[in-house]
Amino acid sequence: MGPGPGVACSITLNSALKPEQQRLYQDPLVIQRLLREARTIAIVGLSTDPQRASWFVASYLKKEGYRVIPVNPKADRILGEKAYPDLASIPEHVDIVDVFRPAADCLPIAEQAVAIGAGALWLQLRLVNLEAAELAARNGLAVVLDRCVKMEHGRYSGRLHWGGMNTEIISARKASL
Amino acid sequence: MVHAGHIPDAVTGARAVPIYQTTSFVFDDAEQAAQLFELKQYGNIYTRISNPTTAVFEERMASLEGATGAVATASGMAAQLVTFLTLLQPGDEIVSSSQLYGGSITQLVHTLKKFSIGVRFVDPSRIGEWEAAVTPRTKALYGETVGNPRGAILDIERLAGLAASLGIPLIVDSTMSTPALCRPIEHGATLVVHSATKFIGGHGTAIGGVLLDSGKFDFSRYPSIAAPSPAYHDLRFFDTFGHYGFLMKARAETVRDTGACLSPFNAFLLIQGLETLSLRMERQTSSALRVAQHLEAHPAVAWVAYAGLPSHPDHALARKYLPKGPGAVFSFGLRARSGDEARAAGRRFIEGLQLFSHLANIGDVRSLVIHPASTTHQQLTDEELAKGGVSPELIRLSIGLENVEDLLWDLDQALHAL
Repeated sequence: MGPGPGVACSITLNSALKPEQQRLYQDPLVIQRLLREARTIAIVGLSTDPQRASWFVASYLKKEGYRVIPVNPKADRILGEKAYPDLASIPEHVDIVDVFRPAADCLPIAEQAVAIGAGALWLQLRLVNLEAAELAARNGLAVVLDRCVKMEHGRYSGRLHWGGMNTEIISARKASL
Repeated sequence: MVHAGHIPDAVTGARAVPIYQTTSFVFDDAEQAAQLFELKQYGNIYTRISNPTTAVFEERMASLEGATGAVATASGMAAQLVTFLTLLQPGDEIVSSSQLYGGSITQLVHTLKKFSIGVRFVDPSRIGEWEAAVTPRTKALYGETVGNPRGAILDIERLAGLAASLGIPLIVDSTMSTPALCRPIEHGATLVVHSATKFIGGHGTAIGGVLLDSGKFDFSRYPSIAAPSPAYHDLRFFDTFGHYGFLMKARAETVRDTGACLSPFNAFLLIQGLETLSLRMERQTSSALRVAQHLEAHPAVAWVAYAGLPSHPDHALARKYLPKGPGAVFSFGLRARSGDEARAAGRRFIEGLQLFSHLANIGDVRSLVIHPASTTHQQLTDEELAKGGVSPELIRLSIGLENVEDLLWDLDQALHAL
């Protein structure tokens, strides 16, 4: 299976961020820690359409054992889980706030993430809002920008590799199960 | 070359890449099976779509090319066809360099015609010809890094600029140079295809191909990748998979439906080749330069077309894109008074060689020789032949790993016997 925790390769492909921004907001060690320690992931902008990227990510994370909380004001239930209109309405602790909304909408989401005491703010692939990122980071949240939670989980579990994708992981150490 | 794409197995610790010689893979449960078929989970279903041994070859190639990922195919021709069938729809057109492998020209002209896909060939060295050939139907530009068989060098950066201004991908076949000599994505190419049969394998034991995506092209306005796919429950590949969209579609639709997959055993053989790729390329390229210089000075030789020589019109481009040398394949012409005399001399020369193998391949560790006018390019009309830069006296060499002094001896004795 995957390389296991602690693999320290630099991951640079497929990002709109500059190298110094990648060091701040795409740190492989931060990403690995979040994926390892997080239990509850609130997905802001999770679609009710099973062919949308957010649905692919949510169904994958659920299958991997994470508790997924949909945040969508237009839905009651998604993937069998109760949906909430906003982060503030969620009655339990959230480890990662994963965002599928336009970049321009991300600042108020970051403010809410801070307000509910979430552990991390994670903006999905092609989403960059530096103001939101700085606000969350200043308030002690781990921050990831312009990355997909599913792809990152696949990268470190060894499964993204099965699709012939370049994980950028080089290791001569025996894989972990 | 030796690590990327392979992490030693968790249970056995096997250091070499295991061969997963299996057609199919057991599902965890019914739900996982359904999600795999919907592409919602990562995993293997059937070796026609993906296989763990083949995945090592794919990721290693992607790592070497600086690509976001790769899809391996049954051959280089399959890699090219899968790329075109994934991108193009009936009525679309390709503008292509005329300096291509003969089989590629045949595929572009005749096979793609059956899909109502058109092609316009241009002299790759004239940017104006590329611009003039573009129409609103043009959906891709295509060329070989080092053109077959005259060694024309593609000006990748200029063509990438043209492709970007048109919002279409630049596809580069990099079989002759391999990532050891040139990485087209670093110069702006969108997609790269290879016949892995050649230098990548190197041993002449396996037919295979691979297509790679830079991951940098915005397919959001490119209908075949962005629009809902009727072959996949209206899935929008670019929207859902982002920089993996093209490759996911190539694998889950085109390779699935054409069956043009690489066998795991061939993937294993190609992986063995990749482990020594840069060492072979360095040695074979330096030997090729020695042989080309020797032939250029030989009285029985009319011309040598190797972009590593200052006499080649693309020598400056070769120094720019291939600073370690433009590979180990080149052609030369025997001195002859007429076309018929040239054909006869070509035949006698090939029959006089002792060390060069007469066969239709390139990139082997053994040196190879062929006379294209009577073999690889014989399906082409005279006009296509001339456009492709093939003349009757042309002999193509692929320089291998033998001691270069032995190769020079062999060529000298065969030329002397003419």
